Amino acid sequence: MKINLTHTVWLSLIVLIMSAAVPIIQPSEHLPRLATPHQAFDKMMSVLMHKRCMNCHPSDDRPRQGEDSHVHNFGVQRGKDNHGTLSLRCQTCHQSENNPYSGVPGAPHWGLAPKSMGWQGLSRVAIAKALLDPAKNGDRSLKDIVKHLTEDKLVAWAWNPGVDASGKARETPPVSRQAFIKAVKQWAEAGANIPEK
Amino acid sequence: MKISFTINGKTQTVEADENTPLLWVIRDGLGLKGTKFGCGKAACGACTVQVDGGAVRSCSYAVKFAQGKSITTIEGLSQGKELHPVQQAWVEEIVPQCGYCQPGFMMATAALLDKIPQPSDDDIDENIVNVCRCGTYYRMRKAIHRAAKIKQS
Repeated sequence: MKINLTHTVWLSLIVLIMSAAVPIIQPSEHLPRLATPHQAFDKMMSVLMHKRCMNCHPSDDRPRQGEDSHVHNFGVQRGKDNHGTLSLRCQTCHQSENNPYSGVPGAPHWGLAPKSMGWQGLSRVAIAKALLDPAKNGDRSLKDIVKHLTEDKLVAWAWNPGVDASGKARETPPVSRQAFIKAVKQWAEAGANIPEK
Repeated sequence: MKISFTINGKTQTVEADENTPLLWVIRDGLGLKGTKFGCGKAACGACTVQVDGGAVRSCSYAVKFAQGKSITTIEGLSQGKELHPVQQAWVEEIVPQCGYCQPGFMMATAALLDKIPQPSDDDIDENIVNVCRCGTYYRMRKAIHRAAKIKQS
Protein backbone atom coordinates (compact mmCIF):
# COMPACT_ATOMS: atom_id res chain seq x y z
CA MET A 1 0.00 0.00 0.00
CA LYS A 2 1.32 3.38 -0.97
CA ILE A 3 1.29 5.97 1.79
CA ASN A 4 0.54 9.51 0.79
CA LEU A 5 3.07 11.53 2.78
CA THR A 6 1.21 14.82 2.31
CA HIS A 7 -1.97 13.33 3.85
CA THR A 8 -0.05 11.99 6.80
CA VAL A 9 1.47 15.39 7.55
CA TRP A 10 -1.92 17.08 7.32
CA LEU A 11 -3.56 14.49 9.57
CA SER A 12 -0.82 14.92 12.16
CA LEU A 13 -1.29 18.67 12.11
CA ILE A 14 -5.07 18.39 12.56
CA VAL A 15 -4.65 16.01 15.54
CA LEU A 16 -2.10 18.37 17.07
CA ILE A 17 -4.42 21.39 16.72
CA MET A 18 -7.44 19.51 18.18
CA SER A 19 -5.43 18.30 21.14
CA ALA A 20 -4.45 21.86 21.98
CA ALA A 21 -8.08 23.05 21.71
CA VAL A 22 -9.54 20.51 24.19
CA PRO A 23 -8.70 21.41 27.79
CA ILE A 24 -7.47 18.66 30.05
CA ILE A 25 -9.76 18.46 33.12
CA GLN A 26 -7.96 17.72 36.34
CA PRO A 27 -9.83 15.91 39.15
CA SER A 28 -9.65 19.02 41.35
CA GLU A 29 -11.60 20.94 38.74
CA HIS A 30 -14.67 18.72 38.98
CA LEU A 31 -16.05 21.20 41.49
CA PRO A 32 -14.92 24.53 40.03
CA ARG A 33 -14.74 27.46 42.40
CA LEU A 34 -17.99 29.36 42.16
CA ALA A 35 -17.91 32.47 40.07
CA THR A 36 -19.13 34.93 42.70
CA PRO A 37 -19.85 35.03 46.43
CA HIS A 38 -23.47 35.73 45.48
CA GLN A 39 -23.62 32.39 43.69
CA ALA A 40 -22.02 30.76 46.71
CA PHE A 41 -24.77 32.32 48.83
CA ASP A 42 -27.41 30.94 46.48
CA LYS A 43 -25.97 27.48 46.76
CA MET A 44 -25.62 27.65 50.54
CA MET A 45 -29.18 28.84 51.01
CA SER A 46 -30.57 26.16 48.70
CA VAL A 47 -29.32 23.71 51.30
CA LEU A 48 -30.36 25.61 54.42
CA MET A 49 -33.90 25.96 53.08
CA HIS A 50 -34.17 22.28 52.23
CA LYS A 51 -36.53 20.18 54.33
CA ARG A 52 -33.64 18.16 55.82
CA CYS A 53 -32.57 21.39 57.56
CA MET A 54 -35.89 23.18 57.91
CA ASN A 55 -37.70 20.30 59.61
CA CYS A 56 -35.52 20.79 62.68
CA HIS A 57 -35.56 24.60 62.52
CA PRO A 58 -39.27 25.19 63.22
CA SER A 59 -40.42 28.62 64.26
CA ASP A 60 -42.83 27.10 66.76
CA ASP A 61 -42.45 24.28 69.27
CA ARG A 62 -43.33 21.38 66.99
CA PRO A 63 -40.72 19.51 64.99
CA ARG A 64 -41.59 18.79 61.39
CA GLN A 65 -40.94 15.52 59.60
CA GLY A 66 -41.11 13.85 56.25
CA GLU A 67 -40.79 15.06 52.72
CA ASP A 68 -43.90 17.21 53.16
CA SER A 69 -42.64 18.72 56.43
CA HIS A 70 -45.78 17.79 58.34
CA VAL A 71 -46.01 18.42 62.05
CA HIS A 72 -44.24 15.57 63.88
CA ASN A 73 -46.60 12.76 64.71
CA PHE A 74 -47.66 11.95 68.28
CA GLY A 75 -47.76 15.58 69.40
CA VAL A 76 -44.00 15.63 69.88
CA GLN A 77 -42.81 18.94 71.33
CA ARG A 78 -39.63 20.98 71.57
CA GLY A 79 -39.27 20.96 75.36
CA LYS A 80 -37.16 23.38 77.36
CA ASP A 81 -33.79 22.15 76.10
CA ASN A 82 -34.88 21.57 72.46
CA HIS A 83 -34.55 17.82 72.97
CA GLY A 84 -38.13 16.97 73.82
CA THR A 85 -40.24 17.05 76.95
CA LEU A 86 -38.98 15.69 80.25
CA SER A 87 -40.06 12.11 79.61
CA LEU A 88 -40.57 12.06 75.85
CA ARG A 89 -37.05 12.88 74.76
CA CYS A 90 -35.95 12.89 71.15
CA GLN A 91 -33.76 9.97 72.18
CA THR A 92 -36.81 7.96 73.16
CA CYS A 93 -36.94 7.13 69.45
CA HIS A 94 -33.94 8.77 67.75
CA GLN A 95 -30.47 7.40 68.43
CA SER A 96 -27.07 8.56 67.23
CA GLU A 97 -27.43 6.95 63.81
CA ASN A 98 -30.16 6.02 61.36
CA ASN A 99 -32.04 2.82 62.03
CA PRO A 100 -32.52 1.09 58.66
CA TYR A 101 -34.98 -1.45 60.09
CA SER A 102 -37.50 0.87 61.69
CA GLY A 103 -36.80 3.80 59.39
CA VAL A 104 -36.27 6.10 62.36
CA PRO A 105 -33.59 8.66 61.51
CA GLY A 106 -30.77 9.38 63.89
CA ALA A 107 -27.58 11.37 64.32
CA PRO A 108 -25.50 12.66 67.23
CA HIS A 109 -27.31 15.23 69.44
CA TRP A 110 -30.55 14.77 67.54
CA GLY A 111 -32.85 17.62 68.47
CA LEU A 112 -34.24 20.96 67.38
CA ALA A 113 -32.36 24.15 66.74
CA PRO A 114 -33.13 26.77 69.40
CA LYS A 115 -36.36 28.66 68.84
CA SER A 116 -34.37 31.81 68.11
CA MET A 117 -33.09 29.93 65.08
CA GLY A 118 -36.58 29.11 63.87
CA TRP A 119 -36.48 29.49 60.10
CA GLN A 120 -39.85 28.30 58.90
CA GLY A 121 -41.80 31.08 57.27
CA LEU A 122 -38.74 33.30 56.81
CA SER A 123 -37.19 34.43 53.54
CA ARG A 124 -33.69 33.28 52.75
CA VAL A 125 -32.40 36.77 53.50
CA ALA A 126 -34.06 36.75 56.92
CA ILE A 127 -32.63 33.30 57.60
CA ALA A 128 -29.15 34.44 56.64
CA LYS A 129 -29.44 37.50 58.88
CA ALA A 130 -30.56 35.29 61.78
CA LEU A 131 -27.65 32.99 61.05
CA LEU A 132 -25.21 35.86 61.58
CA ASP A 133 -27.01 37.50 64.49
CA PRO A 134 -25.29 36.53 67.78
CA ALA A 135 -28.50 37.34 69.64
CA LYS A 136 -30.23 34.57 67.70
CA ASN A 137 -27.49 32.14 66.78
CA GLY A 138 -26.29 31.28 70.27
CA ASP A 139 -23.58 33.96 70.29
CA ARG A 140 -21.69 32.27 67.49
CA SER A 141 -19.04 34.08 65.47
CA LEU A 142 -18.83 33.71 61.70
CA LYS A 143 -16.05 31.19 62.25
CA ASP A 144 -18.33 29.21 64.57
CA ILE A 145 -21.12 29.31 62.01
CA VAL A 146 -18.86 28.03 59.26
CA LYS A 147 -17.69 25.25 61.55
CA HIS A 148 -21.28 24.32 62.42
CA LEU A 149 -22.38 24.25 58.80
CA THR A 150 -19.38 22.36 57.51
CA GLU A 151 -18.46 20.01 60.35
CA ASP A 152 -21.45 19.37 62.62
CA LYS A 153 -22.55 15.75 62.47
CA LEU A 154 -26.24 16.54 62.67
CA VAL A 155 -25.89 18.96 59.75
CA ALA A 156 -23.91 16.32 57.85
CA TRP A 157 -26.79 13.90 58.42
CA ALA A 158 -28.73 15.82 55.75
CA TRP A 159 -26.63 14.02 53.14
CA ASN A 160 -27.06 10.67 54.83
CA PRO A 161 -30.71 10.75 55.88
CA GLY A 162 -31.38 7.04 55.59
CA VAL A 163 -34.70 5.48 54.70
CA ASP A 164 -38.22 5.98 55.99
CA ALA A 165 -40.42 3.33 57.58
CA SER A 166 -41.34 1.93 54.16
CA GLY A 167 -37.70 1.67 53.14
CA LYS A 168 -37.80 4.64 50.79
CA ALA A 169 -34.67 6.79 50.74
CA ARG A 170 -35.15 10.29 52.12
CA GLU A 171 -34.42 13.19 49.83
CA THR A 172 -31.03 14.84 50.19
CA PRO A 173 -30.28 18.57 49.68
CA PRO A 174 -30.02 19.82 46.09
CA VAL A 175 -26.21 20.09 46.09
CA SER A 176 -23.55 17.73 47.33
CA ARG A 177 -22.05 18.18 50.80
CA GLN A 178 -18.67 18.88 49.25
CA ALA A 179 -20.12 21.66 47.08
CA PHE A 180 -22.04 23.03 50.07
CA ILE A 181 -18.93 23.20 52.22
CA LYS A 182 -17.06 24.95 49.45
CA ALA A 183 -19.89 27.45 48.99
CA VAL A 184 -20.14 28.22 52.72
CA LYS A 185 -16.41 28.85 52.97
CA GLN A 186 -16.32 31.00 49.87
CA TRP A 187 -19.27 33.09 51.05
CA ALA A 188 -17.69 33.56 54.48
CA GLU A 189 -14.23 34.37 53.11
CA ALA A 190 -15.75 37.01 50.85
CA GLY A 191 -17.26 38.80 53.83
CA ALA A 192 -20.49 36.86 54.44
CA ASN A 193 -22.51 39.45 52.58
CA ILE A 194 -26.23 38.95 52.37
CA PRO A 195 -27.93 40.07 49.16
CA GLU A 196 -31.05 42.19 49.26
CA LYS A 197 -33.20 39.38 47.87
CA MET B 1 -20.59 -9.01 68.90
CA LYS B 2 -20.72 -9.39 72.70
CA ILE B 3 -22.72 -6.73 74.50
CA SER B 4 -22.98 -6.43 78.27
CA PHE B 5 -25.64 -4.55 80.18
CA THR B 6 -27.74 -4.75 83.28
CA ILE B 7 -31.33 -5.80 82.84
CA ASN B 8 -33.76 -5.72 85.74
CA GLY B 9 -30.83 -5.56 88.12
CA LYS B 10 -28.92 -8.49 86.67
CA THR B 11 -25.79 -8.28 84.56
CA GLN B 12 -26.15 -9.94 81.19
CA THR B 13 -23.82 -10.53 78.29
CA VAL B 14 -25.41 -11.37 74.98
CA GLU B 15 -23.92 -12.26 71.64
CA ALA B 16 -25.81 -10.76 68.74
CA ASP B 17 -25.47 -8.74 65.59
CA GLU B 18 -24.84 -5.25 66.91
CA ASN B 19 -27.77 -3.82 64.97
CA THR B 20 -30.31 -6.30 66.32
CA PRO B 21 -33.20 -4.39 67.87
CA LEU B 22 -32.98 -4.49 71.65
CA LEU B 23 -36.57 -5.73 71.61
CA TRP B 24 -35.58 -9.02 69.98
CA VAL B 25 -32.72 -9.52 72.39
CA ILE B 26 -35.05 -8.97 75.32
CA ARG B 27 -37.81 -11.20 74.02
CA ASP B 28 -36.06 -13.93 72.07
CA GLY B 29 -32.59 -13.86 73.59
CA LEU B 30 -33.49 -13.39 77.22
CA GLY B 31 -37.03 -14.77 77.18
CA LEU B 32 -38.63 -11.69 78.71
CA LYS B 33 -41.90 -11.64 76.80
CA GLY B 34 -43.61 -8.79 78.62
CA THR B 35 -42.26 -6.21 76.23
CA LYS B 36 -44.33 -6.28 73.06
CA PHE B 37 -43.76 -5.77 69.36
CA GLY B 38 -46.34 -3.40 67.94
CA CYS B 39 -45.49 -1.36 64.88
CA GLY B 40 -41.73 -1.87 64.52
CA LYS B 41 -41.15 1.80 63.72
CA ALA B 42 -41.09 3.49 67.12
CA ALA B 43 -44.59 4.80 66.69
CA CYS B 44 -46.95 2.86 68.95
CA GLY B 45 -44.81 2.46 72.05
CA ALA B 46 -45.75 -1.15 72.84
CA CYS B 47 -42.02 -1.96 72.99
CA THR B 48 -41.16 0.80 75.49
CA VAL B 49 -38.55 -0.09 78.08
CA GLN B 50 -36.35 2.09 80.24
CA VAL B 51 -32.68 2.60 79.45
CA ASP B 52 -30.84 4.36 82.26
CA GLY B 53 -34.22 5.53 83.52
CA GLY B 54 -35.44 7.04 80.28
CA ALA B 55 -38.22 5.66 78.12
CA VAL B 56 -36.89 4.10 74.91
CA ARG B 57 -38.60 2.38 71.99
CA SER B 58 -36.74 -0.90 71.97
CA CYS B 59 -37.86 -1.86 68.45
CA SER B 60 -35.77 1.00 67.12
CA TYR B 61 -32.84 0.75 69.49
CA ALA B 62 -29.88 -1.25 68.22
CA VAL B 63 -28.57 -3.51 70.95
CA LYS B 64 -25.05 -2.06 70.56
CA PHE B 65 -26.30 1.13 72.21
CA ALA B 66 -27.18 -0.88 75.33
CA GLN B 67 -23.53 -1.60 76.11
CA GLY B 68 -22.92 -0.69 79.75
CA LYS B 69 -26.46 0.62 80.24
CA SER B 70 -29.12 -0.29 82.78
CA ILE B 71 -32.33 -1.60 81.25
CA THR B 72 -35.65 -2.10 82.97
CA THR B 73 -38.52 -4.02 81.42
CA ILE B 74 -42.03 -4.57 82.74
CA GLU B 75 -40.76 -7.71 84.50
CA GLY B 76 -38.39 -5.57 86.55
CA LEU B 77 -40.77 -2.78 87.48
CA SER B 78 -41.98 -4.31 90.74
CA GLN B 79 -39.79 -4.82 93.78
CA GLY B 80 -40.20 -8.55 94.24
CA LYS B 81 -43.85 -9.14 95.03
CA GLU B 82 -44.42 -5.49 95.85
CA LEU B 83 -46.07 -3.88 92.85
CA HIS B 84 -44.75 -0.62 91.48
CA PRO B 85 -47.21 2.26 92.09
CA VAL B 86 -47.98 2.29 88.38
CA GLN B 87 -48.85 -1.41 88.37
CA GLN B 88 -50.92 -0.96 91.52
CA ALA B 89 -52.84 1.94 89.99
CA TRP B 90 -53.36 -0.01 86.77
CA VAL B 91 -54.96 -2.81 88.75
CA GLU B 92 -57.10 -0.49 90.84
CA GLU B 93 -58.40 1.43 87.84
CA ILE B 94 -58.88 -1.79 85.85
CA VAL B 95 -57.11 -0.15 82.92
CA PRO B 96 -56.37 -2.93 80.42
CA GLN B 97 -58.82 -4.21 77.89
CA CYS B 98 -56.90 -6.54 75.56
CA GLY B 99 -53.75 -5.57 77.45
CA TYR B 100 -51.27 -5.85 74.62
CA CYS B 101 -50.03 -2.27 74.76
CA GLN B 102 -50.14 -1.91 78.53
CA PRO B 103 -46.54 -2.89 79.41
CA GLY B 104 -45.30 -0.11 77.14
CA PHE B 105 -47.70 2.38 78.69
CA MET B 106 -46.67 1.38 82.21
CA MET B 107 -42.97 1.71 81.44
CA ALA B 108 -43.55 5.11 79.89
CA THR B 109 -45.65 6.17 82.88
CA ALA B 110 -43.05 4.98 85.39
CA ALA B 111 -40.43 7.05 83.54
CA LEU B 112 -42.76 10.05 83.54
CA LEU B 113 -43.37 9.89 87.30
CA ASP B 114 -39.63 9.79 87.94
CA LYS B 115 -39.30 13.08 86.07
CA ILE B 116 -42.62 14.70 86.96
CA PRO B 117 -43.95 13.27 90.25
CA GLN B 118 -47.31 15.07 90.01
CA PRO B 119 -48.09 15.32 86.29
CA SER B 120 -50.92 17.49 85.06
CA ASP B 121 -53.20 16.37 82.24
CA ASP B 122 -51.05 18.44 79.90
CA ASP B 123 -47.91 16.72 81.17
CA ILE B 124 -49.54 13.37 80.47
CA ASP B 125 -50.57 14.44 76.98
CA GLU B 126 -47.10 15.74 76.18
CA ASN B 127 -45.14 12.77 77.51
CA ILE B 128 -47.28 9.67 77.10
CA VAL B 129 -47.93 9.29 73.39
CA ASN B 130 -48.23 5.52 73.13
CA VAL B 131 -51.11 4.03 71.18
CA CYS B 132 -53.90 1.82 72.55
CA ARG B 133 -56.22 0.29 69.98
CA CYS B 134 -58.79 -0.48 72.67
CA GLY B 135 -58.95 3.18 73.57
CA THR B 136 -58.23 2.83 77.28
CA TYR B 137 -56.80 6.35 77.44
CA TYR B 138 -59.45 7.65 79.83
CA ARG B 139 -58.74 4.92 82.39
CA MET B 140 -55.01 5.30 81.88
CA ARG B 141 -55.18 8.99 82.64
CA LYS B 142 -56.97 8.22 85.90
CA ALA B 143 -54.44 5.51 86.68
CA ILE B 144 -51.50 7.82 86.06
CA HIS B 145 -52.90 10.36 88.53
CA ARG B 146 -53.58 7.56 90.99
CA ALA B 147 -50.08 6.17 90.57
CA ALA B 148 -48.65 9.60 91.33
CA LYS B 149 -50.61 9.71 94.60
CA ILE B 150 -49.57 6.16 95.56
CA LYS B 151 -45.96 6.97 94.84
CA GLN B 152 -46.06 10.10 96.97
CA SER B 153 -47.73 8.33 99.87
